[in-house]
Amino acid sequence: MFSGMTGLRHKYLRHHKKFPHVWCPGCGNGIVLGSFIRAIERLGLEKDDIVFASGIGCSGRMPTYVDFNTLHTTHGRALAFATGIKLAKPSLNVIVVMGDGDAAAIGGNHFIHAARRNLDLTAIIINNQIYGMTGGQTSPTTPYGAHSTTSVFSNIEHAFSIAELAVAAGASFVARGTVYHAVQLDKLIEKGISKNGFSVVEVMSNCHVQFGRRNKMADPVTMLKWLKDHAVSKDNGSSMSPDSLEDKFTIGILADVDKPDYIEEYKKIREKAKGC
Amino acid sequence: MNATLTGGKRMAPELNGRKLLLQGNEAMAEGAIAAGCRFFAGYPITPASEISERMSYRLPQVDGTFIQMEDEIASLGAVIGASLAGIKSMTATSGPGFSLMQENLGYACITEVPCVVINVMRGGPSTGLPTSPAQGDVLQARWGTHGDHPVIVLAVSSVSECFSIIVTAFNLSEKYRVPIVVLADEVVAHTRETFTIPAVASIEVVDRIIPNVPPEWYKPYEDNSRGVPPMAPMGEGYRHHVTGLVHDSQGFPTEKPDEIEAFMKRQFRKITNGFFEVQITKKINIDDAEIVVIAYGSVARSARHALAMARAQGIKAGLIQLVTLFPFPKSTVVNVMRQCKAVLVPEMNMGQISREVKRVNTGLTEVFKYNRIDGQPITPLEIFEEIQKICGTGV
Repeated sequence: MFSGMTGLRHKYLRHHKKFPHVWCPGCGNGIVLGSFIRAIERLGLEKDDIVFASGIGCSGRMPTYVDFNTLHTTHGRALAFATGIKLAKPSLNVIVVMGDGDAAAIGGNHFIHAARRNLDLTAIIINNQIYGMTGGQTSPTTPYGAHSTTSVFSNIEHAFSIAELAVAAGASFVARGTVYHAVQLDKLIEKGISKNGFSVVEVMSNCHVQFGRRNKMADPVTMLKWLKDHAVSKDNGSSMSPDSLEDKFTIGILADVDKPDYIEEYKKIREKAKGC
Repeated sequence: MNATLTGGKRMAPELNGRKLLLQGNEAMAEGAIAAGCRFFAGYPITPASEISERMSYRLPQVDGTFIQMEDEIASLGAVIGASLAGIKSMTATSGPGFSLMQENLGYACITEVPCVVINVMRGGPSTGLPTSPAQGDVLQARWGTHGDHPVIVLAVSSVSECFSIIVTAFNLSEKYRVPIVVLADEVVAHTRETFTIPAVASIEVVDRIIPNVPPEWYKPYEDNSRGVPPMAPMGEGYRHHVTGLVHDSQGFPTEKPDEIEAFMKRQFRKITNGFFEVQITKKINIDDAEIVVIAYGSVARSARHALAMARAQGIKAGLIQLVTLFPFPKSTVVNVMRQCKAVLVPEMNMGQISREVKRVNTGLTEVFKYNRIDGQPITPLEIFEEIQKICGTGV
């Protein structure tokens, strides 16, 4: 009946229930949601088998709009809830969307431990380098020297690299994309969901309203250009000089390793326990 | 009662009907398994760790899941997640961890997710007295999470209650879709007693009501006569939204005053409707009692002995043991107050339940309190001496 994106909108969005959405015009969250839906469609997953969970913030509203089993949890804790759901019903595909403050500040501990534990979850982390919903305060990924409503004179803290944090913490699959590179983002999310084990897809995104306005990028196009200019493909990055990479970030698949996930391991524990 | 949960698989057969030497913490773990709990997430803490330890080897035996999380916040988060997926779930902690759980306890309240949280109370505040008993978390259990919310708080006083009250906690939680806080104290948790694990068939197990309408008709938070909407487990066709924002009957966030008020009032009404079975007390020697002790937890155990000592001296003493602390069993307490001359409330805190007792005492009787906050249990002799003192004052 419908084709292309219109068809996907009708199939996956709660279009007659929960729109208009809360996001500002030009927000990158819509691009991430689009990529997510296209990835689900390509994977051919049943809507009933998908749990889509979030924490708090602009990203936290995303599950409200899609027709899956959706869960809007407490700030930073979405991975903890997702852990319980996945362990209780391993047949479900559990995908979590978080923001940078959500995942790397208040939920930082849950994030690294989820990566270490290697339960088969997918975490999509939208990194717009700012607390958007609360009005533009410094986040753990706000660049050094940038301005926000809580670093009016400039940010003196240094930013986390979320994807590299995930690699170090032991995630099975880690990728970084941007909302400018939407076609690549579709594939990264698709790979993240299909990977068995803990997967992280960090998405560099634009918040021109709360970040851009205070950092000379007050419109979405300028911010998308900034993302384009500062993203370096992982394949090209190795041949570039360290100086030219200084304020850049790599995009692509940063880690893809195979190891048994938590549920496979726990099945062995059950067998051992029953033998006691 | 759901037939699938009442089969022999609920408990490893070797424990069913067996007499065991168990400590309170271990009995609480066994009670949970008997009630159908198949998911436990926790974080190590004295004096509650034995619950995690026992669950870690007992749950995989019964096809359940144990996971040690990175902190108590995540523990309760995982417990709520598992319950949303349809599995009865529990966590256990002590004061410092219970403080961390307050955030997600509120989430369980507003999303009406059944779960059980055990708090084995130790001395506080902060790190306090990790290996000593206290009852300082009573009002925190009621009011610890922010916002107006209903919650049911139960207290255990013996190893056998550690088993049976945990079963009750799960049953009430499932029936009313509300988190249940079970307060133990270090004395109850670490006391070892012989206890016969009841036969599976003799244990009444209640399961949450699931929707019987087609998915497209399902409204996850629609009011009904009980005020408790049926709860669909995730992944079975009833796709819906769950949020910590105040929500409408569909589960979506709302800011409409009429929907907010209806939602909030239903939260309280569902518990008020159940007072008859939620407010659990045990009355001992009440009929002719002139002095009535009101106690809970390990103090109620001491009070039983003190009662015997008082009766031996010809003092007509009785006991109301509060199993349910909140909603406070007002009608039971008031009815006893009408007929007795004095009430004594011994507690291992500065007077958290005695405040409730005084609140409901509208000039009916005299209320005395006895408090210890030095990390020591209250002994039968101390309670007996307090009873004697009250007699000496001529009431």
